[in-house]
Formats: sequence, C-alpha cells, structure tokens
Amino acid sequence: MNWEVVIGLEIHTQLTTKSKLFSGAAVGFGAEPNTQTTLVDLGMPGALPVFNKEALRMAVMFGHAINAEIGMTSVFARKNYFYPDLPKGYQTSQMDHPIVGIGHLDVTLEDGTTSRIGITRAHLEEDAGKSLHEDFQGMTGIDLNRSSTPLLEIVSEPDIRSAKEAVAYVKMIHSIVTYLGICDGNMAEGSMRCDVNISLRPKGQTEYGTRTEIKNVNSFRFIEKAIYTEIERQADILEDGGRIIQETRLYDPEKNETRSMRSKEDANDYRYFPCPDLLPIVLTQDYVDEIKATLPELPSQKAARFENEYKLSEYDAHVLSSTRPMADYFESANTIVKDAKLTANWVMGELSKLLNQEQLEIENSPVNAQAFGELLVRIKDNTINGKTAKDVFQAMWEGEGSADDIIESKGLKQVTDTGAIETMIQTILDANAAQVEQYRAAEEDKQKKMIGFFVGQVMKASQGKANPGVVNPILVKMLKG
Amino acid sequence: MFEQSISALAQQLRNKDISSVELTRHFLDRITKLDPQLNSYITVTEQLALSQAEAADNLLKNGKGTSLTGIPIAHKDLFCTEGTLTTCGSKMLNNFIPPYESTVTSRIQQAGAVMLGKTNMDEFAMGSSNENSFYGAVKNPWNVNTVPGGSSGGSAAAIAAGLAVAATGTDTGGSIRQPASFCGITGLKPTYGRVSRFGMIAYASSLDQGGPMAKSAEDCAHLMQAMAGFDEKDSTSAENPNDDYLTNINAPLTGLKIGLPKEYFGDGLDSKVADVIMAAVKEFEKLGATIKEISLPNLQLSIPSYYVIAPSEASSNLSRFDGVRFGHRCDDPKDLLDMYMRSRAEGFGSEVQKRIMVGTYALSEGYYDAYYLKAQKIRRLIKEDFVKALSEVDVIMGPVAPTTAFDLGSKTSDPVAMYLEDIYTLSVNLAGIPAMSVPAGFVDGMPVGLQVMGDYFAEAKLLNVAHQYQQHTDWHLQSPTMAKGA
Amino acid sequence: MSIDKQDVQKIAHLARLALTEEDADQYQHSLSSVLSLVEQMQSVNTDGVKPLSNPLEMTQRLRDDVVTEENRRDAFLANAPQTEAGLFLVPKVID
Repeated sequence: MNWEVVIGLEIHTQLTTKSKLFSGAAVGFGAEPNTQTTLVDLGMPGALPVFNKEALRMAVMFGHAINAEIGMTSVFARKNYFYPDLPKGYQTSQMDHPIVGIGHLDVTLEDGTTSRIGITRAHLEEDAGKSLHEDFQGMTGIDLNRSSTPLLEIVSEPDIRSAKEAVAYVKMIHSIVTYLGICDGNMAEGSMRCDVNISLRPKGQTEYGTRTEIKNVNSFRFIEKAIYTEIERQADILEDGGRIIQETRLYDPEKNETRSMRSKEDANDYRYFPCPDLLPIVLTQDYVDEIKATLPELPSQKAARFENEYKLSEYDAHVLSSTRPMADYFESANTIVKDAKLTANWVMGELSKLLNQEQLEIENSPVNAQAFGELLVRIKDNTINGKTAKDVFQAMWEGEGSADDIIESKGLKQVTDTGAIETMIQTILDANAAQVEQYRAAEEDKQKKMIGFFVGQVMKASQGKANPGVVNPILVKMLKG
Repeated sequence: MFEQSISALAQQLRNKDISSVELTRHFLDRITKLDPQLNSYITVTEQLALSQAEAADNLLKNGKGTSLTGIPIAHKDLFCTEGTLTTCGSKMLNNFIPPYESTVTSRIQQAGAVMLGKTNMDEFAMGSSNENSFYGAVKNPWNVNTVPGGSSGGSAAAIAAGLAVAATGTDTGGSIRQPASFCGITGLKPTYGRVSRFGMIAYASSLDQGGPMAKSAEDCAHLMQAMAGFDEKDSTSAENPNDDYLTNINAPLTGLKIGLPKEYFGDGLDSKVADVIMAAVKEFEKLGATIKEISLPNLQLSIPSYYVIAPSEASSNLSRFDGVRFGHRCDDPKDLLDMYMRSRAEGFGSEVQKRIMVGTYALSEGYYDAYYLKAQKIRRLIKEDFVKALSEVDVIMGPVAPTTAFDLGSKTSDPVAMYLEDIYTLSVNLAGIPAMSVPAGFVDGMPVGLQVMGDYFAEAKLLNVAHQYQQHTDWHLQSPTMAKGA
Repeated sequence: MSIDKQDVQKIAHLARLALTEEDADQYQHSLSSVLSLVEQMQSVNTDGVKPLSNPLEMTQRLRDDVVTEENRRDAFLANAPQTEAGLFLVPKVID
C-alpha cells in the first residue's frame, strides 16, 4: 500500500526569562536539586501565582514572527492530573483562549521546495519538575527546580508530510525563537522539546488515520529517526491488517525504536477549567503594535536580504541565515573582507568543517569573526593563496595568533615580485634543460599540458609561496625563449 | 477584661493600666479553663504569645504601636503561620509547619497584635457547623449542645466565650457570618479581593475571602485597618486603595436606604428569627433610615451554583495534598498510585472527599458545560441581581441563617439539609460583595445575627451602619453564662 | 440525577481517593443527592449569559521579570515525608 504520512508537532520552547512564569525564583539549568524553588513552584498550601510580564512579551513576539492572530484576551486554565513532578496536581496552561492564535510558517527544504505549515496556536504554560530515577532507597527523587519555568507550546496543524519536512519545520522554529532571543534553543538541556503526532493513511484518503504521539524527542536527528521508525512500525501493523492504538510512545535512540508509555495508561480526563487564582490577560492594541515594531529581523527576512544585498545564492543565503550567530558571524567578517562570496564560502566551508569536527557552536569558535575576516583579506590581497590560507586558519584555530602573525612568523607570504620569480624560473629551466627542449618541440596544445610540470617545480621551489597568477605568464614567456 | 473592646483595651495598654503580658496571661488562663468545654483552639501558642506581648509592651512603653499593639487575638487555622502548626482542621496537615507567613497574619503581627493560637474549623473550611474538624467539633458557648456554626466556628466560639479579643476568619459561602450569627458576635466578609488570599489555604479561590471577627463593628474596623489592602503576591487582590474604616464609623444614618429582599423572608425562615430581624430593621428606621422592599430573584439558585463552583475549584486546589512535599503520607505505599490513593483517603475527612468528588465530576469531560459553565452563568445572574438592587438602596438587610444554632449532630446525617442552611449567605460570595453579621437579638436564649450587605468595597459603610446600630443596642455586649463563670 | 457505584469509583480514581466498597456505597448516595440538588440549575435559561469566573472581573496584573526569591531548600523540605540529597522521595515512578 502506498501510505501518506501525516505529522503534527507540538514544540515546547523554554522562554529565556530570568524568573519563573508565576514566581520570583531563578530559572536555570543544572542547579542543585530544589534550590531554585519557591512556595509557588512547590505548590505549598496558600501560595499564589503572579504572572511574569516578560513571558507575555516573548509570546507576543513569537506570535508576530509567525504572522499569527494575537489573543487580545487570553486565559490561563488548569490541566488537572496527578504526577509527582507536578506539585499542585495541575499544570497551569492555556486552553480555550491561547495568547497566540492561528499563524503559519513557510518551510524550505534542502531541494529548494517550500511548503506552508499551519500553526494552530501557541500558548503559555508552566513546566513540570523532574523525576530522577537513580536509586534512592529504591525510590524516585523529585527535583522541582524546573517547576513553573515558562514554556511556549507551539502546536502545528497536521500539515507535515515527511520526516524531512518535520525536521525543517523544527529547525525553522528553532531559528525563529533563537533569533527572537526568547529561547536559547539548547535541545540537549531540554530548552526545546518536541512531541510528534504521526498517523498514516492510504494516499488519496481524506480522513486521518489513528495517530500516536511520540513524547519528548530532543534533537533534530532523533526527530527524523523517530519519525522513520514510527512510520515503519505503523505501516507494518496496517499492512498486516492491524489497527493503530492511539497512545503516547517514547523514542529510544539506543534501540532506534518507539515504545508505549505504560505509566500514563489512565484514560486522561484533564478537567480543564479557568484558573481562579489568575485573571484574564487583556492586551491593548498599542502594546501589541509596540512589540511588532521592535521585532528583530527574522531568518526569512535575513535570507532575502542576503540574497539581495550580497548577491548570494538562495541556498547560501538560507544556510547563512539559519542561525543568528552564524548570520552575525558572516556579516561581521564580511564588513572586513568586503567580498560576500568569499566570506560565505569560507564560513560554510572551512569554518563549518572545523566547527563540526569539534562539535562547536559558531559562537564558541576559537577564531572570531574579526580575525576570520582579517585572514580572508589576505587571500583577497594576494598575500597568501587559498591553499596556504587553510594552513593559516588551522594555526589560528590552534591559537597560534592572528593571520598576519602566522603568515609573518612562518614566512608564508606569497612571492609576487616578478624579478624574484624570474630568477627562480631561470634556475628551474636551467636545471631541467631536457624538459625545456621537449616543451619547445611540442605542439601548442601539448604545451599546455606540459606547463604543469614547470609550475609544480616553481611552487615547490617557492614552498608554495609563489603567486600562481604571477608565475604563469612569466613562465610561458620564458619557455618560449 | 475579656468583655472589653479593642479601643478600650488599647487605651488601658497605652495608659499602662495593664500590660500586654497581663492581658495575654488573662486570656491564656481563660483558654486553659474554658476551652476544654468548647474545643475552639487547635493550637495555643502560649510561649509565642507571651514573647509577642513582651515586645508589644516595649513598643507601647516608647509610645509606639497601633491600636492592635498588645491585643491578644486568634487566627483561623487556615492562615499559614511560619513555624506554627497550621492544620486547616485536617488530618492531612496534622504535621504541617508552614515555612512562611500569610499576608493577613503578617500584617496583623506587624500591627503589634499578640497571637494566642490557631482556632478550630471545619476541615478545609468545608462545613456550616464545625463538626467536620479532624480535631473534634467546636461547641457553642451559648449552649454547648449546639453547634457554633462554621467553618470559622472556632474563631466565633473563642470570641463569644472571651477566649480572644478578636480573631480572623474566612468566608467562602458564609463561614464568617453564620458562626458570627450563631455565637452572637460581629463578623465581616469583605469584598472579594479586598483582603489578600496569600497564605490562606484555598478552598474555593474565586469565593474565599478573609475577614475580621470580633465583639463589635468597631473592633472589626480596627482589624480591617491592619489586614485589608492590596497585596502584589495575590493576582486577585484589588489594587484600589483601602478606605479608612474608622473615620466615618460614627456618621449618622439619616437617609440611609435599606433594601429588604423578599426572598430572604419567605418559607424556611424561622418566624422568631424573622421577628428579631424585623425588630432590628425598626431600630434602623428610628436612626433615620428608610426601608424598601427589593427582590433578588435568583437567590434560590445560589445553592446549586455554589455547590458546583466551590467543589470544582476545591477538587483542583486540594490536588496538591498528595503526600509528596508536605502533609500526610500513608504507611508503606506499595506504589505511586497506592501512595496517592491512600494518603488522600486517609488524610481527608468524608465531607472533603465528597466535595472533591462532586467537583471532579462537575469538571469532567462531558459534564463541564452542564455543570461548571452553567453555574458560572448563574453566578452572573446572581451578581446582576445585587448590582441592580444596590443601585436602588445603600445596603441590603436580612437574616444570616434561617435558624439559630442547631443541635450538635442534628444535621450530620443529611448533608443536603445542611447545605440549604446556607441559602442567605452563599449569594454574597458568588457576587463578591461585602457583608456582615451583626448581633440583633436572641431566640430562646440563642443569638441571632442580622446580615448587612453592601456594594463592592463598601466595607466602611457596612461598619458604619453596624456601629451606629451597636451604639443604640447592646446585643453585641451580651456574654454567655459560661464565659462569665471563669 | 443519580450515579452508580462504578461512576463513584471512576471519579474517586480520578481524584486519587481510595474508597472501600462501603465508602463507595455511602458516596454513591451522598453524591447523588448533591447532584440532584444542583440539577435545578438546568431549568434556568442562561442563553446569552456570559460565565462569571471572577466576581470583580479584573484583569491579570503583571510581575516584573526579576528574581526575588532566594534558596530556602532546607525550610521547604522540612515538611516532606521523605527526602534525600535535596530531593523529595516517592515510590518508584515507572515511565
């Protein structure tokens, strides 16, 4: 059977507020257990929530970024269920009146195709704590530092049709929230977590199949792999004439499989109702407009500008604008280089290669944009050639100094002095009289192949420093005799 | 000494006729002697009280302090008090020592009052008789075979018996006014949002309101001066500034328009109670007020609306009592679910469990619209009734309860009958307006409270009305025999 | 409106209350009578009436995004039935 894959994503992004959604406790990753908690986060009897202004602003920013309707009146609701990491026995979230309503994103795939993914809503909610399963007297430990940390849950329409599209969408969201500075995007620390809803249906069928939800997939790679394995699992079942059970599943990256989460087997009835400890959030048009006016340039806008302003290809512009640090790096290096194509090639080439090798983010690159730009300037002004530049860059990466220092100390400056080059060529011609004879006897198109030998000798003699652009014409002239 | 008002005691403290330590000892002694008959306190904080009294004496010595400085009062045991056991009348919190202080108790403490202890109450404020306390029923000092009312029954009984000068209470559906009525004291439920709920263990968040209970309206005003006002820790706290509750307390009542809702005087109201209320109304006429019959047509619906909204909110508010971070945990839970199920079943009494289940049901899938949403719509109708009535009159008067205090155990077998007793108080909470219970007479030796309801934030007006009445009557000055015996 | 014992057990489970058979009998009775009491709401026409969830119909106040609380872990853990290494302990949670 030919199956169509239907995917919808719920992305939880942790907002970069200083304090929690409903309390004045610090937000942060990796603190000692239960040291970043207050009465409110612990659900102490009598404690009451007060809503964080900054979380509201961030949510509205996001709403603008996806061209969404902003909920001028939004309401917090309680989602009631018992779980040890949920101290109040309910999660304060938004149900009927989310802060961000219907919006959309245009997602570009690697092959250049673009599809529009609908966004149903984005709502504010508080995070839960963490259960630690290391053995504490055979019990589970509860750390509530994360409790009441602000989350923006972004819910897509079931508009996604492939794993690749899903990943591209998540990357796009990642790029938007980090551009806006409302989320640090650190997936390893759980700052961004995805729930993936997947179902299959025979191609051409309009109604959806039964879906499963894969909870908490925490990297781009795992999202892709989890979707592939789940598609395969569902297709196997359906092709054997079986039925998909609507359930929550967990992706196990080690075994590369999804499995049913038994602990949440209870038929959930969350008994949502408006939280009586919090009041409706009512926005003014001025407030909403003001946030719109101060919105930073978004990835898609930046990509368009890169294409226009720097005459980059669509692909290059897209790659360079995919994260704000990369775009910033590119742009600040290029203010020095003033050759966008050269800078783009180097950022996407050598720099990305070394970053990948060492698994570093661009903002942690040992060579900063300034130093990087200075290196490229030396290619542009023919001080060094591209090949030498790679060696210089490697040395800079290892902390040996600036491009100029390294070029100087290692004597890597290209020889462009024609007199010196002529002398060098003469020596080589003298030492290779036989080859010179052969060259002179050969026909013109053969000569073109033969000249490579002499160029190689010159480069060897100059230890790579002779500028090939200078060497070639002189060589041709001197070989003619 | 126990029968004196806050103003009188404050004057004597200031004049050094007595010291706060003496006054506090006096009340502690009375508690030791009389409370075994009443069970009005869950915790008596003797050491703390004496040290606070000493501190108050020092302040007074330097001519500092407020009218509450050195005055011994009690707090309902649902206000969190740092370092002092706070049970909410429940086994669930039998060992709960709050790590913080509620806004109300903190403000009263800052005003210099001395805390004698924490008063008994219906478990989690759910009840109208104070029979639903894990710490045993409270007895009415006017007749120990009757109930003191609830849920702030401990506070009401303690004041009536002279075991505290004044006390805090909370009122979700009548829990200040009904016990005040049954025990012959004065109590005020302020406008929703006037008194901070921070540190008050929640029953029903959109209805709960803390307030003062004391012998007189003037004493209530003294407490309000300290406890009322905006609190940034409570999102539902009203931001408008407080009135001064004492400035206009002596204003004459000439021209006061009193509304008498006909629904408050229909079937079900004990005729002798009705007589007492009508006599009180006559008294107001003598003071220059005019009377107008009004209608609050949706009064009857306040019972179903309340008994959906309050349990629904409670079912969620009480989910935090799960045996994880505080409170009762069952022995040897075999797994997580077992821990939840048994800890909660053991920790909560049956009335609390019942209301949690009613609320859970009302909010559950498929029933939400028919119950919770419907109740919220009716709530608006009830509010609109009051808004309309209060555009025509200054205050509304009626009984607090259909009868005087009933016998202990007489209604425990029929909880619905008990719910019906709340008919005159629930609508005030649903609308969020302020209301008082003012002692207005006796029926067969048992006190009757007159209810005075007013517009939003009209607490100062209510206190003025009640105070003027109390300047011309002495019902609030009566003490039960048992109080005099000690 | 009355509910059966199975409903009572279902509600009790949602609310995490362990009921004995006897309890369930008793609650079946008392819950049914409360539900009958509230049933009278259904006779009222509330078409077009907006639900009222806060009596003052105020709007949410906003808190500045500043850290105002310090670490008070020891005080907060003091009421817990069981703790270790700064954690609240519960019977093993199986995901």
